[in-house]
Amino acid sequence: MEDKLIFCKGGGCTAKLGAGILSRVLDRLPRGPADENLLVGYDSRDDGAVYRLSDGLACVHTLDFFPPMVDDPYAFGQIAAANALSDIYAMGGAVRTALNIVCFPEAMDLNILGEILRGGAEKVIESGGVLAGGHSIADSDVKYGLSVTGVVDPEKMYRNNGGRPGDCLLLTKRLGVGIICTANRVGEASPEALAAAVQSMTTLNRDAADCCSRYDIHACTDVTGFGFLGHLHEMMDGRLSCRIDWKRVPYFPEAAAYADEFLLTAAAQRNRNHAGPFVRFEGTPFAVEEVLFDPQTSGGLLAALPEADALKLREDLRQRGFPAEIVGEITEKTGVEILVRG
Amino acid sequence: MKIEVNAMGDACPIPVVKTKNAIRELNGPGVVRTAVDNEIAVQNLTKMANQKGYGVKSEKEAGGRFYVTMTIGEGAPEPPEAETCLVAPQDGAKQRKVVVAVSSAQMGSGSEELGRTLLKGFIYALGQQDQLPETILFYNGGASITCEDSPALEDLRSLEAQGVEILTCGTCLNFYGLTDKLQVGGVTNMYTIVEKMTGAALLVKP
Repeated sequence: MEDKLIFCKGGGCTAKLGAGILSRVLDRLPRGPADENLLVGYDSRDDGAVYRLSDGLACVHTLDFFPPMVDDPYAFGQIAAANALSDIYAMGGAVRTALNIVCFPEAMDLNILGEILRGGAEKVIESGGVLAGGHSIADSDVKYGLSVTGVVDPEKMYRNNGGRPGDCLLLTKRLGVGIICTANRVGEASPEALAAAVQSMTTLNRDAADCCSRYDIHACTDVTGFGFLGHLHEMMDGRLSCRIDWKRVPYFPEAAAYADEFLLTAAAQRNRNHAGPFVRFEGTPFAVEEVLFDPQTSGGLLAALPEADALKLREDLRQRGFPAEIVGEITEKTGVEILVRG
Repeated sequence: MKIEVNAMGDACPIPVVKTKNAIRELNGPGVVRTAVDNEIAVQNLTKMANQKGYGVKSEKEAGGRFYVTMTIGEGAPEPPEAETCLVAPQDGAKQRKVVVAVSSAQMGSGSEELGRTLLKGFIYALGQQDQLPETILFYNGGASITCEDSPALEDLRSLEAQGVEILTCGTCLNFYGLTDKLQVGGVTNMYTIVEKMTGAALLVKP
């Protein structure tokens, strides 16, 4: 029991540094000479780094790890791995290899570590990739994740800023897992809500990305630590605007109920501070605002594509059991970057 | 009455949880002052106070200590119920959330042939109403109605085109070997079925 309490201090993508302070640091890093084969790097706010090896072939690199957001070490392993693998899918790539990243207290029960790694390894197998090694250090708190390498055809790669006016915005998973895990940490989440959130977080974005690959995707990202509105803000790229119909946004109803109890994370407030100035809410309940800023761990894909394709993609995704929905549309740049209304 | 809450070193949402407990303890008008050690916690507490209609001010002291002082007034501090109703937003009568659950390939019990004809008629008539349902759920024997060879496909497609959500139970399709015969709408699971049924303002079972 004591292990359990130490194990989950509130992690997942709620543990991410805020986007604001992060860019202040990153902007000051020294850059070496430009390399034309680095197709996606620091200059972009994209999900993974992409490096061209030859015509038609590029590597996608991504790395993600964080503290546990649930008490069950096996589920935590699955979630952390699904979250790390997701960046490859958000770029339109295929997973090839993965390396474990582990921080674990020396005094803690090693069976817990075994369960975390088992969960992670299962997800790597499910992704079609190979677990090829890893690195572990003794630390005061548990952290786990993966460094993942994938491949992509640079011509078919999804950027997160390729959206066009008229595109529909489609979301493949429900929002609110951050609030549910937070409520669970203070004993306020129902077992059903937690189970539904865990089910969502352990679901790979592989099938969703596979569905997307059949359509003309202009932009794609996965919704993670910066929340739906934070990632949407990056997608608008300073040159586009969008309208979101909050009644169409899929979210866990319990998440809204817990938000009304103010079971809010610091990360959600950081997201609000960062993206809030770009958002105008009209007739949107407070709890839904919170859900839209809620940091997601292993969230769904957010894709921009033409309406006709979006309608078909939504059906494909629903056939495969995803709660996919078209949540809004991209417009020409207007005074308000993101307008959320009912 | 004034209660002091020490939430120094506590990660969100603990400062909010402690403050809510203190307000409950007040059990009426009074003041709760919460000490926290970061700006974000101040913002989350302020957000709660604003939503609840409490008076709120915050101050920063030397040494990274912040105080958030909430003043809880007379009368009911809880916001009215309507504000927290999120799952089924009401936009007047037209938006009343109607969900139809079709659990069999027939309507009513008696003659099977008649039952099938009645169900087809029911779905046709559904599409002719001024107020369309938000969702139609198909499960068990009803799962065949959204699949190949169903007499109601055309009416269902027309309903779907008018924005009605059509969902068929995936377990049921699987059980009856209909998984690749689905012709209209999406596949769903028990979680969503329960959510739709319990969230409905009116549940219709033909």
